[in-house]
Amino acid sequence: MQALSIRNLVKVYGNGVQALKSVDLDVAEGDFFALLGPNGAGKTTMIGIITSLVTKTSGTVRILGHDIDTDLNAAKACIGVVPQEINLNSFDRVGNIVINQAGFYGMSVRQARPRAQQVLEQLDLWDRRHEIARNLSGGMKRRLMIARSLVHSPRLLILDEPTAGVDIEIRRSMWQFLGALNDAGTTIILTTHYLEEAECLCRHVAIIDNGEVIQHHPMDDFLRTLKQQNYIVSTVDPVNVVPVLDGCLIHRLKDRELEIAVQRDHDLNDVFAGLGAAGIRIISMRNKTNRLEELFFNLTERSDPGRTPDATVRPETEA
Amino acid sequence: MTPTQQLVSLHTLVRKEMSRVLRIWVQTIVPPIITMSLYFVIFGNLIGRRIGQMDGFDYMQYIAPGLIMMAVIQNAYGNVVSSFFGAKFQKHLEEMLVSPMPTWAIILGHCAGGVLRGLIVGTIVTGIALFFTDLHIVNVFITISIVVLTAFLFALAGLINAILARKFDDISIIPSFVLAPLTYLGGIFYSISLLPEFAQKMSLFNPILYMVNAFRYGMLGVSDIDIRTAYAITILFIVVLFAVSTVLINRGIGIRE
Repeated sequence: MQALSIRNLVKVYGNGVQALKSVDLDVAEGDFFALLGPNGAGKTTMIGIITSLVTKTSGTVRILGHDIDTDLNAAKACIGVVPQEINLNSFDRVGNIVINQAGFYGMSVRQARPRAQQVLEQLDLWDRRHEIARNLSGGMKRRLMIARSLVHSPRLLILDEPTAGVDIEIRRSMWQFLGALNDAGTTIILTTHYLEEAECLCRHVAIIDNGEVIQHHPMDDFLRTLKQQNYIVSTVDPVNVVPVLDGCLIHRLKDRELEIAVQRDHDLNDVFAGLGAAGIRIISMRNKTNRLEELFFNLTERSDPGRTPDATVRPETEA
Repeated sequence: MTPTQQLVSLHTLVRKEMSRVLRIWVQTIVPPIITMSLYFVIFGNLIGRRIGQMDGFDYMQYIAPGLIMMAVIQNAYGNVVSSFFGAKFQKHLEEMLVSPMPTWAIILGHCAGGVLRGLIVGTIVTGIALFFTDLHIVNVFITISIVVLTAFLFALAGLINAILARKFDDISIIPSFVLAPLTYLGGIFYSISLLPEFAQKMSLFNPILYMVNAFRYGMLGVSDIDIRTAYAITILFIVVLFAVSTVLINRGIGIRE
């Protein structure tokens, strides 16, 4: 069964802006799905329609077989959502927020308490359960929103930029948590501007731009379409003469730093050998951008050459 | 959702709204008590002595039911409008909107907070009134039923105001420019028999007049209005406002994009 099935989805706002232009999209049950696109592409509008916070203009949306036009409450019961903006009752206590959310889904306090404890412990917030929400840090608020979205054990979890503004340590622990959640059977749809996050976590990816889905592939197939990778190489000694190697394009960035563009089918050992033959000793090498970021940049720039994509997060790991 | 789960969702919202009223009691309970005490001191004790009797009662006794009802109306309305608009403004209203909670439960849950605050303030104002005058309840059923219905009606009105409001100004305009004039001209401080004939007829278009008089009838046994008419109008307004709230929420007007 499809966790999400969208057909001919159109959204035109009152001011005439067409946020979605006849979008079709399927997400299989159990998938970890990345929905990517620049700001204003239509991602949040699509999530708003799926979660019934935005009224669609036309088209159909089915969530785990439930049509939101005819079976909205059953559809809602299947979904957990973490919105992009913090939408917590900042005057309420952490524990109450999670227990009340369970109550809105029909779970009594007796049922909700152990479940709330479980999700708050999983997200490292149990010790903060008596804290007023506004006193939490930004990262804690994000985690609280995830805990709140999970308390009724949804089959489809939608995360709209859940790690925005979260430090790298917490982000990586959240990746671990989300991976485990997906392994346990929860379908996850993720939008993020950290493309490394999408590349690490997701098995399928769709790129939406100007209200249209312009790419929709398994992540591995999609990454294989990348024709060239750029690396930054640090050298032991200053490089005065830039060597010329087959299948590569090399630029000197600094005295001890080179940028090397390598064709995807080119053997990296040949590159190392060529650099070595030119007397260049390498101490480190990293991707200039990650592969998904490169593709994303190419695609969104191609569809709108006048715009600079904003998802240009620098990679944080060294290859 | 099963009917039991729907009731659980309603109970959750009622509990949440009630705890809000009690948590911020300095904002919700204390100010109206101070205001109403001043009304009793100034209008009842100081000015009322010079006015003498109205409809066979001391002026203080005559205005006490009206002042209690005014407190109930203002607080039931104010509680829902601030709670719902606050939730909309902070966006945590979305907690309910994304859940399968039925619309009637969202309406009743929010109104429960307004009714509770109205009744708490009304009860305390009644206690304060007893410091200034003797009050005897002539008909307990009418007194209690009309105050609960009125609180519910104005909680619904506050809800509609909050649903339609887009900015904070919008939630103060109606209480200041509509609710306050209707309340002051709703027979709290006078019997409409004192008014010229034209003004009497105009007063009959003011729904608050019916509720204040029904409540006064329950406490004192006197009214400018037929009690059955007062009940009919109160219930009619409740049905209409409940229907309007339901349509607004179901269509997402003011709460969905």
